[in-house]
Amino acid sequence: MSSPADTPQTPETTDSPRENGGNGESRANGSELVRFTNVTKRFGDVTVLDRLDFHVETGKHVTLIGPSGSGKTTILRLLMTLLTPDEGTITVDGDHLNHEERDGKLVKAGEKHVREVRKKIGMVFQQFNLFPNMKVLRNVTEAPVHVLGLSKDEAVERAKGLIELVGLSEHLDKYPSQLSGGQQQRVAIARALAMRPQVLLLDEVTSALDPELVAGVLDVLRDIAHTTDITMLCVTHEMGFARDISDCVMMFDQGRVVEFGPPDKMFSEPEHERTREFLSTVL
Amino acid sequence: MMTQGMFENYFLPGVWVTVQVTLFSAALAAVVALIVGTLRASRLWIVRFLSGVYFELFRGTSALILMFWLVFAVPLMFRWQFAPMYAGVLALGLTYGAYGSEVVRGALAAVPVAQREAGVALGFTRFQRLRRIELPQAWPEMVPPFNNLLIELLKGTALVSTIMVADMTYAGNLVRIGSNESAPVYTLLLVLYFVMAFVLTRGMRVLERHAKAGVGQAPPRGGLWSRLALRESAGEGSGALTAGGAAR
Amino acid sequence: MNWDWEVVDDFMPRFWDGLALTLQALVLGSLIAFALGLVWAMAQRSDLRAIRWPVTAFTEFVRNTPLLVQLFFLFYVVPEWGPSMSPLTTGIIGLGLHYSTYTAEVYRAGIGGVPQGQWEAATALNLPRVRTWTAVILPQAIRRVVPALGNYVIAMLKDSPMIAVIGALEMFGEAEGFSNETFTTEAYTIVGVAFIVIAYPASLLIRLLERRLVLTS
Repeated sequence: MSSPADTPQTPETTDSPRENGGNGESRANGSELVRFTNVTKRFGDVTVLDRLDFHVETGKHVTLIGPSGSGKTTILRLLMTLLTPDEGTITVDGDHLNHEERDGKLVKAGEKHVREVRKKIGMVFQQFNLFPNMKVLRNVTEAPVHVLGLSKDEAVERAKGLIELVGLSEHLDKYPSQLSGGQQQRVAIARALAMRPQVLLLDEVTSALDPELVAGVLDVLRDIAHTTDITMLCVTHEMGFARDISDCVMMFDQGRVVEFGPPDKMFSEPEHERTREFLSTVL
Repeated sequence: MMTQGMFENYFLPGVWVTVQVTLFSAALAAVVALIVGTLRASRLWIVRFLSGVYFELFRGTSALILMFWLVFAVPLMFRWQFAPMYAGVLALGLTYGAYGSEVVRGALAAVPVAQREAGVALGFTRFQRLRRIELPQAWPEMVPPFNNLLIELLKGTALVSTIMVADMTYAGNLVRIGSNESAPVYTLLLVLYFVMAFVLTRGMRVLERHAKAGVGQAPPRGGLWSRLALRESAGEGSGALTAGGAAR
Repeated sequence: MNWDWEVVDDFMPRFWDGLALTLQALVLGSLIAFALGLVWAMAQRSDLRAIRWPVTAFTEFVRNTPLLVQLFFLFYVVPEWGPSMSPLTTGIIGLGLHYSTYTAEVYRAGIGGVPQGQWEAATALNLPRVRTWTAVILPQAIRRVVPALGNYVIAMLKDSPMIAVIGALEMFGEAEGFSNETFTTEAYTIVGVAFIVIAYPASLLIRLLERRLVLTS
């Protein structure tokens, strides 16, 4: 699909949002948390990501936009280790995600290493993916107990706080199937946060919801974005939401970054024709 | 070890008997399946009821006991004697015919209603509709589950050895007694059954290709050696899981 | 028609003995089939080819060869180099092993029916592999395979008379022994009817279960 020759070389870094970010002043942590270096991912003959380079700084909220098939979701799935890159490396907080250093050389990472690095990442899925056989509370406590080794009481306390944050305290004892899609997605957000990840990945979290349920979920996320210092990587078609919470918006097309910048600039005066075209179809 | 004489005198004829029993009972089962399966979709409740009773009765029956009953009880009760081989064929044919009738019924039910209605609109009689419209369309759907049943039937033929029919299992037992060595005989037997099941599957797959091509569908994927698996893999849901006929 | 109720009376004590043995074989055989089938199904999902391939080959072979011959194999061949087992034990192991290759397919379909998103969520939450299986995947898979497993228990019931051939005197074995001793045949009819009488309500029960699971899922 992608021919390397006719697209401009991708930008080295995305450090610009720091100065220009709409509400980034309070968390100018600044260190680099996620870095993609020369990452290529192919599905069969289709190159979904083409030697992608970018990084995200601690505490920033980055929104990925672009037409479907442009590789946005692939980036999140690579970060969550649901996929592995064909070429290139990904680091999170300085640790290689798919590789580990042994005798000074980079080799494919073992299960143990991957699990350790993965603790820093949380993800919310388009289809919620709650465990249907567990009640709401256990969906949220399951991983803290069995991965982080929290005691049952600690985990329950943490979970209850988060479930309250997403406004579902009275539904602790229900099964996911007894909740609306919007409520399920809010539980999924609480579940991801219960692991206290450094990076939260949001993969089109409102795409599977009925229109009237979207606002509730976005409100919860806005709240989290504005009150915590968690780093967010977000794929969404909700441009209003992207404008509200992002420090930086990255436009993707054909596996490459077309341009990036603070939301005000990206949505009002984009530089590239592709970005203008895309925005005119979604705004 | 098994001597050459044993092999030629017992084993080879036994293989031939197994093949015969398989083919005869498969033919009987196919006829029973087609008739009972069609009747179970009848408009008359009494026909549906009776064919349903047949189905429930024979799928609840153990083929082995049915064989013994035919060979030993029937002659005393009804003064009628079967040759053992035909008792075996009858028992297997009736039992697997019952399983098959469920396959036929299901496949007929899966033919779109619109097809039936089109047949009515064109003025076909009910029998003509069945023969010219519904069965030809249902047939490709029946072949894969029939294949599973056919393998179950092949395995079932080993039971005839218990009523003194000299099939290959019977021959195997004779050789064991004669040679006092069991490992080679039974290993060979198992391998032979497996090879027969394999051959049957390949044959049925050719049939499936023809059947699908006959109604303009794409042939099933995969070549002759595409998969190790002999059965159609079970789909989700218990309906498909038990279409093999071993259960239900 | 020739039928003697006195013969029936004489047979009944042995019938009950046989029934007890049939049910014992059925219960233990089912437990083996349920457990072993799960092992096969999980092994077939292994990342290691060296596990996947032999298990697939073995289960295919067992599933496509007659139980009767397998029973002979277990009874006559295995003791030549392995443990000697009683007819009943051999029969139970034979039934369990044979049907485990069927239940393996049931589990495989059940596990395959758990949405991919469930595996992904488990990965995203960093759940250990064992925990993913025991807390997430299997509880969801087993629920939907219960009716299919039940159907194979009924199938096993109908195959259980085969263990009489190696000398385990379940219902059919008792009937055969009785008939041979008394030169009568009523016992065969009784046992044949008994199988239908057990199998039919059982299959109704499973159909009911099926419907309820469909409704609640």
